Amino acid sequence: MFKFLKRLRGKDVDASAPEQENQPAAIIEVLPELDVPAKDVAPVEQEAETKTQTTALKSDIVANNAESKEPDLVSVELPKRSLGTGIRSLFSDSMDIDELEDILILADFGVETAEEIATELKREANRQGATTDPELRLLLKDLLAKRLSRTDSALNLDDGTLPYVILVVGVNGAGKTTTIGKLARWLKDGDWEVVLGAADTYRAAAVDQLETWAKRADSPIVKPVKEGADPASVAYQTVEMAIRTQADIAIIDTAGRLQNKKDLMDELGKLRRAVEKQTKISEVLLVIDATNGQNAMSQARAFTEVAEVTGIVMTKLDGTAKGGILYALQKELNLPIKLVGVGEQINDFAFFSPEEFAKGLVAKK
Amino acid sequence: MFGNLSDRLSDTFKNLRGKGRLSSSDIDATLRDIRRALLEADVALEVVKDFIAAIRERALGDEVSKALNPAQQVVQIVNDELTKILGKENKRIQFAKSPPTVIMLAGLQGSGKTTLAGKLAKWLKEQNQTPLLVAADLQRPNAVTQLQVLGEKVGVPVFAPESGNGVGSPIKVAKDAIAHAKKAQFSVVIVDTAGRLGVDEEMMQQAIGIRDAVTPDEILFVVDSMLGQDAVNVAKAFKDGVGVSGVVLTKLDGDSRGGAALSVANITGAPILFSSTGEDLDSFEPFYPERMASRILDMGDVVSLIEQAQKTFDEEESKKLADKIANEEFTLQDFLEQMQQLRKMGNMKSLLGMLPGAGKMKQQLEDFDESEIARTEAIIYSMTPLERNGPKVLNGSRRMRIAKGAGTSVTEVNQLVNRFEQAAKVMKTMSKGGMPNIPGTNPVAMGGAVGGGYIGGKKSSKKKQGSKSGNPAKRAAENQGLSISQPPESKPGSAFGLRN
Repeated sequence: MFKFLKRLRGKDVDASAPEQENQPAAIIEVLPELDVPAKDVAPVEQEAETKTQTTALKSDIVANNAESKEPDLVSVELPKRSLGTGIRSLFSDSMDIDELEDILILADFGVETAEEIATELKREANRQGATTDPELRLLLKDLLAKRLSRTDSALNLDDGTLPYVILVVGVNGAGKTTTIGKLARWLKDGDWEVVLGAADTYRAAAVDQLETWAKRADSPIVKPVKEGADPASVAYQTVEMAIRTQADIAIIDTAGRLQNKKDLMDELGKLRRAVEKQTKISEVLLVIDATNGQNAMSQARAFTEVAEVTGIVMTKLDGTAKGGILYALQKELNLPIKLVGVGEQINDFAFFSPEEFAKGLVAKK
Repeated sequence: MFGNLSDRLSDTFKNLRGKGRLSSSDIDATLRDIRRALLEADVALEVVKDFIAAIRERALGDEVSKALNPAQQVVQIVNDELTKILGKENKRIQFAKSPPTVIMLAGLQGSGKTTLAGKLAKWLKEQNQTPLLVAADLQRPNAVTQLQVLGEKVGVPVFAPESGNGVGSPIKVAKDAIAHAKKAQFSVVIVDTAGRLGVDEEMMQQAIGIRDAVTPDEILFVVDSMLGQDAVNVAKAFKDGVGVSGVVLTKLDGDSRGGAALSVANITGAPILFSSTGEDLDSFEPFYPERMASRILDMGDVVSLIEQAQKTFDEEESKKLADKIANEEFTLQDFLEQMQQLRKMGNMKSLLGMLPGAGKMKQQLEDFDESEIARTEAIIYSMTPLERNGPKVLNGSRRMRIAKGAGTSVTEVNQLVNRFEQAAKVMKTMSKGGMPNIPGTNPVAMGGAVGGGYIGGKKSSKKKQGSKSGNPAKRAAENQGLSISQPPESKPGSAFGLRN
């Protein structure tokens, strides 16, 4: 699990074990407004996945000089969310190595990548003498997992320069706002103070949509004064508020834009610069819809160019789409997949795990 | 739009062009290229396989080997087969015999249903219908609010008894909406529904529930044109689930290769009715399959362009302008008005993108700076009426003043004046040369063929009324041959006679 650094607050220190531990799960179930004290009624399956571990980490408190202006920091882990059984298998019956290329194409890996993986697997199978279905599946899983894993797939929330700023960008309808809602809730569960910024001032009711998520995540939101206001100024104010209220993190939602619209892409650059006047941007997350095909590559290229994307969130992986394009994204553009979205509920997302992903793809139904 | 696929196919065909005979290995190589191009364009694998098989069969047959130009024949076959999948002619919405006509929207999350509902309502209103929007997406946070905002923007009432966010029954909302529409005598009801995955049984049952409650005349399947291989599964799931009577392609203004259009049309067997090409509520048009097929083959979409121009351009003003040009009275003031009118037509990029061969200048199109128009406007606005009507008086100090007023440099002012003078000169020649159908009769046409369709088309339709079709689309098509005879320049931004 990844370690992150956040501000040390009184409650982190005082947290007494049992109550605190169950609370987030309870909140998730009943929505923040009904802030009931956690009891043992918290659903069992939720508990397993969302158990917060802040308390266990009390000893990790980074000792900071009391006189220093720097905030006291505490090293935390965020509640674990798992991909679980979200990924559907590539194979409906036994695996035929000669059909692998077509199957990978069907999973949106792209022609070139599919050819390459299929060839490599054949070579490897010959070398190891793997012929049976389970052997081949294992071989493919290992090959995918190995090639997908990288060292930079954690969120950049550990350098201690608070507040961290996360900018969320992507094309229309990719799932940016939903992703932010989930992310905010999850950070809140880990006891982070979150500020949301509604810099999608364009689409009708986008601000309201984020506001609903903000309520669910029990986090303050900075809104534009009117529709069509300058998104850069909303972003600026969001960061300003995060600094003023000593929040740990500011997450800024942006309007969806197709990557070939130059003026809209330029606007993103402006927004970036506005934020950077106050603090650095820790993370620019590009949200990509897994049902998109090869166009995802063009999206990633264009957004990387103007917005300096640091990681990818792949959404809607709970459908029949396999999101194979993420392989090519990591490889060709050197962009890590950081998070994946697997549903519309507030807990339906996870860190990207190459192992889990690869396992899901080769799983036997 | 389909630019990238066009590019790929143009490349492929370049190798074939000019060959007198095609060997079977020529054909195989070409088919391999086409297969790859289609796959990279996100056409679903099973559709590609069928497509390639059909082309191979015909390409190896007599029609190719006996053709005068076999390569061209292959192009023709590809075109035929594309058109076959996309549908032969553009289909219209089926209106109910007794109103209200009920249109239900369905699709994946984020495909653009709610935005489309707004566009569709606006479009129907322009067709003299009285639409009612129904907010039956009670799932996504504030989808209801979004629809209400859109309804207000386009001036169409929204039936939204539930505020949504997971509360309320969409089936009941839909049912009540129909009763309300009957009572209040709305002619069309547009039911916006929540996005759902094809594999989500529960949500699909809900969609079926809504369908059974409203018995729609059209179930429009809203498809993101960026959809990948999954298009097949999604299309099957919706077809077998809620049912599909028509398809709408959204986000076609992106640079996706749009292969999903082929996949979805093939799998559902339903016609593609509309395409949605931008975030403006105006960016919405009927889908023309034959144009789309020729667009894939990089033959441009001139007819669409002309129609769009005709919709916006004021006939009276065009005539006035044509007269002015003929009488050499064309001034900077007219230039400005022209530019403003042209801007009403919408985004320059999407207009230019429709021109034949535009696929090749795609990058330059993307770089086209819309604000250049604003800067030109500023320069002209900084002139006195005298200067606007007679640019000859513009001496050094006047130019300096104008540059200051417009917040730009004298060089830019000079460039504008030069462009204007050149344009005026060419226009004069053209109007005297008696080529009524070739526009060039306005400054905008100078840089490219943009002006091509409209003034020419309008003028001729005025003069030759009766001799040509009364249908603007057909008339435009008749004029098409002439309109495209002036190829667009490939200089970036030149379509306006503007420097980029």
